[in-house]
Amino acid sequence: MVWAESVPRVWRERVKKYRLLGGKCLKCGSVVYPYRPACPYCGHEELQPLELSRRGRVINFTIIRHPPTGFVGKEPYVVAIVELEDGARVLAQLTDVKPEDVKIGLEVEAVFRKYREQASNGVIEYGIKFRPV
Amino acid sequence: MKFSTIVGIAGYGAYVPVYRIRGSEISRMWGAEEETVEEKSVPGLDEDSLTMAYEAAREALQMSRVKREDVGAILVGSESPPYAVKPTATVLAEALGLSQKIVAIDMEFACKAGTTAMLLAAGLIASGAIKHGLAIGTDNAQARPGDELEFTAGAGAAAFLLSRDSERMLASIENVFSYVTDTPDFWRREGEEFPRHTFRFTGSPAYFHHVLSAAKGLMEETGLKPNDFDYVIFHQPNVKFPLRAAQLLGFKVDQVKPGLLCNEIGNTYAAASLLGLARVLDIAKPNQRILVVSFGSGAGSDAISFITTENIGVSKSSIEKLLARKVYVDYALYSKHKGTLKGVLR
Ligand SMILES: [Zn+2]
Repeated sequence: MVWAESVPRVWRERVKKYRLLGGKCLKCGSVVYPYRPACPYCGHEELQPLELSRRGRVINFTIIRHPPTGFVGKEPYVVAIVELEDGARVLAQLTDVKPEDVKIGLEVEAVFRKYREQASNGVIEYGIKFRPV
Repeated sequence: MKFSTIVGIAGYGAYVPVYRIRGSEISRMWGAEEETVEEKSVPGLDEDSLTMAYEAAREALQMSRVKREDVGAILVGSESPPYAVKPTATVLAEALGLSQKIVAIDMEFACKAGTTAMLLAAGLIASGAIKHGLAIGTDNAQARPGDELEFTAGAGAAAFLLSRDSERMLASIENVFSYVTDTPDFWRREGEEFPRHTFRFTGSPAYFHHVLSAAKGLMEETGLKPNDFDYVIFHQPNVKFPLRAAQLLGFKVDQVKPGLLCNEIGNTYAAASLLGLARVLDIAKPNQRILVVSFGSGAGSDAISFITTENIGVSKSSIEKLLARKVYVDYALYSKHKGTLKGVLR
């Protein structure tokens, strides 16, 4: 994920970040997030757009203690790979949880939160995070 | 006043952040002798009035089972929008996946903006211009550290999916009475971080005058009496004011208590009376009458009476779960969450 301070980037990525909009491969059946034109598993170029399940579980995670610009002051926080009920894997921040309480297998649900502010007079970036159910 | 077509609530949603601070902790910080409320809600580091509105609105939409593309309006009432200029409503519409062909607006009238959003959405529906509309009250209330307001300034959101589709209707709007005057009880100038208030004004000329005038106005216009209502919800800047308003109007404590959340979550401003309504709708039975009276400084009140339908109680909001789910923060963490610390490294 690129975290350049760019307004056009925030605007381009808004639907992917705001909604769990993924795709289902019409050949191998894989469900991927975010939506993309080609399947990362089999290379097939027909993916059906799909609003993904909002529930899942943590399959791996890392604790961020030295955050990049815009996230300073929020550390320590957890970035996790969440496997949703429909099989798609999403890389996202966890919220409303202490890092020491995060375990592999933790059941989580999607919420809409603030990602970061591009300085106090810049745009505010929002999107999906996950919190314990 | 009355809408010419029956409009009502087809879905509702609530949101309260997980964090709480105890009144006693705020007292400890400032050496105060008593607290206005037991505890109040505090937003997470990544929460604001927009993110809270999203959660409440998503729940309201889901309960109504209205298709997202059929929502014709989204009206957001708040006095704590994340931007001074740039609407919250557009972000919400996009994040919720609503149609781009939609009436979207942010509205401000201190703590009254949420109920007024509801009236305007209902008006658009009653006129036939749209079929369904979302009205939201949301606030992350700001208070100057050390100000008496700090004991109560809470955070939360409530959203209502209004509709004229009788099959989805959970409660219909029976009557409305709006009452306003120019009263300088509370204000915040452009560029100022915290509001100011005139405490002498807060009680009689502000809260009580408007709340009582709107409630009496509605009862005079409809001929209804306090005992015709099963529940009444008043704006709740503290616990005393709504109980006193109820007493002055002739309501019993039992009618007020179910919708009185202030002691648990503080004053959630534009969401305050609407979260009370969400709590009451969760426990209401068919054919019950509910009165909601908001209050916004500056000043005004909207009184709205609802009658529940046979559809009430089929699904419930998450409010009980949200009220029970709590993580306490001390004053230091509270300051970080509220963003009131100075000179923080970013
Ligand atoms: Zn494939």
